[in-house]
Amino acid sequence: MSTFYFIAFLSIFFSILVISAKNPVHSILYLILTFFTFTIHYILMNAQFLAIVNFIVYMGAILVLFLYTLMLINLNKESEPVKPFMVKFAGVFGGGILIVALVASLKSLGVSNPVILKNPDLGLVKNLGKVLFNEFLMPFEVSSVLLLSAMVGAVLLATKDPKTA
Amino acid sequence: METTDLIFRIVLIVIIFAISLVVAMYSTYAERKVAAFFQDRIGPNRAGPWGILQPLADGGKMFLKEEIIPTNATPFLFIVGPSLAILTACIGSAVIPWGQAIVIGGHTFDLQVTDINVGILYIFGVVSLGVYGIMIGGWASNNKYSLLGAIRAASQNISYEISMGLSIIALLMLTGTLSLKEIAEQQHGFAWNVWRQPLGFVLFLVCAFAETNRSPFDLPECETELVGGYHTEYSSMKLGFYLFAEYINMFISSAVMATLYWGGYNYPGMDWVAAHVGPTIAPIIGVVVFFGKIFFSIFFFMWVRWTIPRFRYDQLMDLGWKVLIPLAIANIVLTGVITTLLN
Repeated sequence: MSTFYFIAFLSIFFSILVISAKNPVHSILYLILTFFTFTIHYILMNAQFLAIVNFIVYMGAILVLFLYTLMLINLNKESEPVKPFMVKFAGVFGGGILIVALVASLKSLGVSNPVILKNPDLGLVKNLGKVLFNEFLMPFEVSSVLLLSAMVGAVLLATKDPKTA
Repeated sequence: METTDLIFRIVLIVIIFAISLVVAMYSTYAERKVAAFFQDRIGPNRAGPWGILQPLADGGKMFLKEEIIPTNATPFLFIVGPSLAILTACIGSAVIPWGQAIVIGGHTFDLQVTDINVGILYIFGVVSLGVYGIMIGGWASNNKYSLLGAIRAASQNISYEISMGLSIIALLMLTGTLSLKEIAEQQHGFAWNVWRQPLGFVLFLVCAFAETNRSPFDLPECETELVGGYHTEYSSMKLGFYLFAEYINMFISSAVMATLYWGGYNYPGMDWVAAHVGPTIAPIIGVVVFFGKIFFSIFFFMWVRWTIPRFRYDQLMDLGWKVLIPLAIANIVLTGVITTLLN
């Protein structure tokens, strides 16, 4: 339990650093640490497969690509756009409304007990595979088709149209 | 029992750590000797007999050199880069089964630090984390050549990780488990996975070369184009850490390859040997066999380095995306069809 609170504190701490860091590369590095704490959360919940997949896919691939893109962009202080006052005001106002809405909705929620698991061995590879390919076969396959279409769409956007080129 | 287990495990961790470092140290010596052999030279022969103390001399030189952090670099990340590189290189060895369970004085001990049931994926995660050391170091140096090297490392690592994962999937379809210990046990005697997955092994081998940034895939440190690549600005032991991490990676990936495809500690006639020498000596012979496979694999890495010239960058990407990934997918389909037909 105390481990959970410590890791939860670290997750929140690093995610605040992600949005408050001045340098975009530093903020990506904090995001990596945030995802690492998520991996520890999964391990605490005995979801080994999810933990390691989070580790490989998010930390090992997606954030590497984030970092890759940010390193290529020349982010100097001079090129940073100066936003007008009205935009800043609108941002603060919108954020404030979001906080009010979140607090209001959280207040009406019943408090759950996240530490007690209904089926503690569900996260192991064998059990997870059985559940995914029996009970949740249909949504699983549909989501794979969705990912495929997203990939095809990305390739389509990236290739130039031969007529206009 | 509990405490003896714990003590044995701590001793095992220390031994494996020491072995990784010593193997990496002597790989630098071996690399220069192998290069000399291939180029018909003598190689290092001044420090000690046959130059055997050369790695110690090199290490001493690295430690005594001046620590330089460039003025425009980001100091903290500049140090984090090599530290992360060597850290990720060292933690991979935790799940490798070095031998069968050994019996010492009536107690049975596993020659493996930990047997997690997602062992292969753990190795995979560590490998994918390894690129951060290079990327962070290259970016923090604040040098265009270093940055280009870092970017090359990132895109190369991501591209080859895909085909590596796909080649492993075909293997997992046969083994039915993700635990390295069980995979090693299944290949008892001469039933090595390489006979059942020859194409998968070749794909894995090529990807292992790319993931460890070894020639012909050493484009992140291509000296003809990028001065020194990602470690252009590095000096003294920080540079040493990067070079060292590469050799440890080579050792670990050789061990993984030997475990997944070449039977790990298994060898033909192991039952006969086990029946004759008893349960204490037999696992040790298995460990020796395992290390023999690893050393041959490291030699193979060096053999390729001094034989094949470096790829051009577009050739590297073409090979990864247009050759290896389709082949890996074909391998998965083929494996599925054959196993279904045989059952």
